[in-house]
Amino acid sequence: MTATTVVHTPEPAARQASGGLWRAVRHNRKAMAGAVILFVFTVIATFPGVFTTVDHPDELAFPPGLSPSTGHLLGTTGLGQDVYSQLIYGTRESLVIAVVAGALATVLAVLVGVTAAYLGGIADDVLSMLTNVVLVIPAFPLVIILAKYAGKGSLGVILVVLVFTGWSYGANQLRAQALALRNRDFLQSARVRGERRSYIVVFEVLPNMTSLIVANFLGAALYSVLTAAGLQFLGLGDPASASWGTMLYWAKNQEALQSGTPLWAIAPGLCVALLGVAFALVNYAFDEIGNPALRPVRRRRRER
Amino acid sequence: MRFLLRRLGFFVLTLWAALTLNFFVPRFMPGDPVAALTARTRGRVSRDALEQMLTSFGYKPDQNLFVQYVEYLGNMFTGDWGRSIGGQLGEPVTGLIGQALPWTLGLVGITTVLAFALGTMIGTVAGWRRGGWLDSLLPPVFVVTSALPVFWVALMLIFAFSMNAGSVLPGTFNYDNSIVPGFSPGFVGSVLQHAVLPAATLLITLIGGWILTMRNNMITTLAEDYVRMGRAKGLSPRRVMYGYAARNAVLPNLTGFAMSLGFVVSGAVLIEFVFSYNGVGYLFYNSVQNVDYPLMQALFMLFTVAVLAALLIVDIATVWLDPRARSADAGGR
Repeated sequence: MTATTVVHTPEPAARQASGGLWRAVRHNRKAMAGAVILFVFTVIATFPGVFTTVDHPDELAFPPGLSPSTGHLLGTTGLGQDVYSQLIYGTRESLVIAVVAGALATVLAVLVGVTAAYLGGIADDVLSMLTNVVLVIPAFPLVIILAKYAGKGSLGVILVVLVFTGWSYGANQLRAQALALRNRDFLQSARVRGERRSYIVVFEVLPNMTSLIVANFLGAALYSVLTAAGLQFLGLGDPASASWGTMLYWAKNQEALQSGTPLWAIAPGLCVALLGVAFALVNYAFDEIGNPALRPVRRRRRER
Repeated sequence: MRFLLRRLGFFVLTLWAALTLNFFVPRFMPGDPVAALTARTRGRVSRDALEQMLTSFGYKPDQNLFVQYVEYLGNMFTGDWGRSIGGQLGEPVTGLIGQALPWTLGLVGITTVLAFALGTMIGTVAGWRRGGWLDSLLPPVFVVTSALPVFWVALMLIFAFSMNAGSVLPGTFNYDNSIVPGFSPGFVGSVLQHAVLPAATLLITLIGGWILTMRNNMITTLAEDYVRMGRAKGLSPRRVMYGYAARNAVLPNLTGFAMSLGFVVSGAVLIEFVFSYNGVGYLFYNSVQNVDYPLMQALFMLFTVAVLAALLIVDIATVWLDPRARSADAGGR
């Protein structure tokens, strides 16, 4: 209805929820571990220059195949680049892919899932059919075809491909939860109050789905990290881009493991794994926070 | 009846969508088979000659796209999949797939089933013994393993076991090339030996998800009244654990398992690529790289059909395992 009612009604509830959420995250060891890793990667991605003195990590500026030393913490690649500085500068693209693709896929999932549940009838039939079709079509082969033929896997293409294949799983889950919410009393009362549909969906339904939406984002981000790295590793990304997946591609291409520069392949893979693990840990911790029965037994007693 | 029709409609629609995407995406994007072949022959053969050669294998660049599309849909269903115009020029597609499919089914299929069975069992026990050492140790460990990039795990295993100091297990190809394939102990041993590392890679990355979801489902199920009822009746803990709790806890995982079975055929692209394992995943990767339309199309259809078939099986299995579903399907959902 009017803008004022829109703004002030949900606010206290939202603040309370986020305060409780933060406390829950702080008390959960898995969530903290994941959050710390994400924070460190975010800092590195924002200020790469602080962590390394090499400004152009792609230039072949050093002797190839050096072992780790104080000058080159992780040695140099078989082509003559500093592995450590490549890792630092690669953080940004990997993180951007994870966050942007994860967020867009979640937005699409919310749009399709909640709309389907809320409209019902034929609209629901069509939208859930669409969701299921996308869900069932084998994603990774499709991703390969799309990435290969959409002009040398630039960042934009990879993002589009990841969003296109990554939204359907979440849409299904969100639709199910929205359906379950539909007949709850507080929504009935909003309807009786005569609120508009858009108001009900945005300010009554969505806040109650926050935890599932966050879980979805984390899942989609994890999917994006791993799939993007896999694509780039297969050589379907931009071979000149600075990212961990591209590093792995060149490492495999130059047989890093066989030719005495194993760190060139181990280090970027470890970073992809760490980023993936961070999203997975936070995601799992969210499950525990949302469903106290799943928490480790001893901790639950202490919290009481 | 309405449920069945709905389901059938869904299957047909999915198949059509997959086939259509697969037809138009490569054709509307830059790069064509002739250019790819020119690159592979390093320009030694003229473009016209190559085009003529591909045309003799069924490539029709000048024909109306819509006519091609209709013809393609028909061919996909009648099994007339044409000849490869990529790496193995002129080979019938059915033959190529026939050679690769058993390897993937054997390696990835068995490993997927194993991961599900093992994971479900471990998850059942972990959820049952709430707070035991298994239950406190497993979640963090398997949250980590399920987030590892498959191909990197593969690289690390190759590095640890088939290179440098170790060199105990082979890291490439399906079997030792020097052995003539056949049912000899040497060949079978070699096949198994070559399967160890890729299978271990898959197991490491797949099992965590099953353990965690099964553990969580068990914990939720154990709070149900019928489990308390079973205990109160004085049934043996074993009976309550398997017959009451686990049987219900596994139901939500069945659809996921079916999907993963369906993805067996396609999901192993990365693993087969790293290990140069000649299954359908590697074949698919090569067909995409070589702009081999006929092979790519047939494989993609196969991948989609595999998932749909798996879903059909799970529909049946759910009805068999869950009596509630038998009466529910009259309701339409």
